[in-house]
Amino acid sequence: MSRRVVITGVGAVTPLGMGARTLHERWSAGTCGIEDGEGVCTDFDPTTVMSAKEARRADRFTQFAIVACAEALAEAGWEDGMPYEAERVGCFLGTGIGGIGTLEANHQTLLEKGPKSVSPLAVPLMMGNAGAAALSMRYGLRGQTYGIVSACAAGAHAVGQAARAIQVGDADAMVTGGSEAALTPLATAAFEALDAISTVGISRPFDARRDGFIMGEGAGVLVLEEEEAARARGATVLGEVLGYAATSDAHHLTAPEPQGSGAAAALRGALRDAGLEPGDIDYVNAHGTSTPLNDRSETNALKAALGDHAYKIPVSSTKSAIGHLLGAAGAVEAVATILALRDRVAPPTIGYEEPDEGLDLDYVPGSARPLELSNGRPPIALSDSFGFGGHNAVLCLQAGAS
Amino acid sequence: MATTVTADQVEKVVYDALAEIGPSRDQLKREATFEELDVDSLDLAEVSQVVEEEFGVTLKGDDVENLKTVGDALDLILQRATS
Repeated sequence: MSRRVVITGVGAVTPLGMGARTLHERWSAGTCGIEDGEGVCTDFDPTTVMSAKEARRADRFTQFAIVACAEALAEAGWEDGMPYEAERVGCFLGTGIGGIGTLEANHQTLLEKGPKSVSPLAVPLMMGNAGAAALSMRYGLRGQTYGIVSACAAGAHAVGQAARAIQVGDADAMVTGGSEAALTPLATAAFEALDAISTVGISRPFDARRDGFIMGEGAGVLVLEEEEAARARGATVLGEVLGYAATSDAHHLTAPEPQGSGAAAALRGALRDAGLEPGDIDYVNAHGTSTPLNDRSETNALKAALGDHAYKIPVSSTKSAIGHLLGAAGAVEAVATILALRDRVAPPTIGYEEPDEGLDLDYVPGSARPLELSNGRPPIALSDSFGFGGHNAVLCLQAGAS
Repeated sequence: MATTVTADQVEKVVYDALAEIGPSRDQLKREATFEELDVDSLDLAEVSQVVEEEFGVTLKGDDVENLKTVGDALDLILQRATS
């Protein structure tokens, strides 16, 4: 029997504000953090957590990760040091693009001032593993640490793989999540060139009028621990990673397979990994990007994997409140999911009003709703994430006993 | 032109560059070691870039590795800039 993995701390930096509870409470209240067609972390100030020197040595995506991590570790009670051998604690951090702001700024310097003016910090700031490396160095995590890069599935892949590392005994605890800061001229123009971004500036997943996603930025970080060790040290258990699965569409560079067969296989895989049936699921935190293609194929995937049960449970998208955080999305959504489960609430898909043909699940329109539980156990959710390249990653999460 | 560089000019450029990176102004003196200022090889690479731009002096890895104090750096830069 494999080792169980519990969540003992969460942190988030999102367009709804600083902190995981801020995300959860504001989203549940129906607040949207999107302004002028972008999800910007306007409240973010790196110097609340790190020195000016540390901030200089970190791209914005790494700064987000550090601040979210500080919150998660404080909640886990690790502020005064790690309760495990340093070599038994690692860090997997997802990102879609990494330090693209650093890349763009240095490219500008290269063009304007020549190669000798390009910063020696350019490479260590822009590399996709910079966030994971920064957390490892700052907190002395000496176990396996690396970046995970799978576009918009990266955050979910990171959390899932981190859970695996604990399950199989490669680590006793992992700091994991995802981070993204790609609201830059190049990244924005590039997504616009793909016609992926909403031209009306509205994120309304699953709605008939949806016309693309809204770019957002931020980070989500979770502290995962082996269950017996966490309980032995008296940690507060927020929830558990019951299952995880990942598949690939092998279909198209950007478009999901229309029937969602790869996504459905990942959803089934996560259920199987958790030892559960579709009827055990109380809530789905959807990928729900607000693009015409994703929301249709994801709906198909949920129906294929969950059968009739898909119609009976709330399915809502965090992206309706904060936009699409790309490589951070899966991790931020895992944070949002675990807090929603703890409060027994399904937050709404903000802006959802007009049903689209064939998109006929319960997308939680209007406002948040209490989760209806048929038995005494803490509620269970699936959180799915899909990335360009055909990557599918699904987490099965359960709230801790209250 | 290189011979017009003064010790004061070098000090100002180097102190400005270091202050930009991390140490506070009152920490910056000749005797201060880079170790106690928490200035590492990446920081010195940044300082070297500024120095090269200002004085046309190139400092490479070996030069920088042997620098222990701020004074060491100021002396080396001044020597290169005026020779």
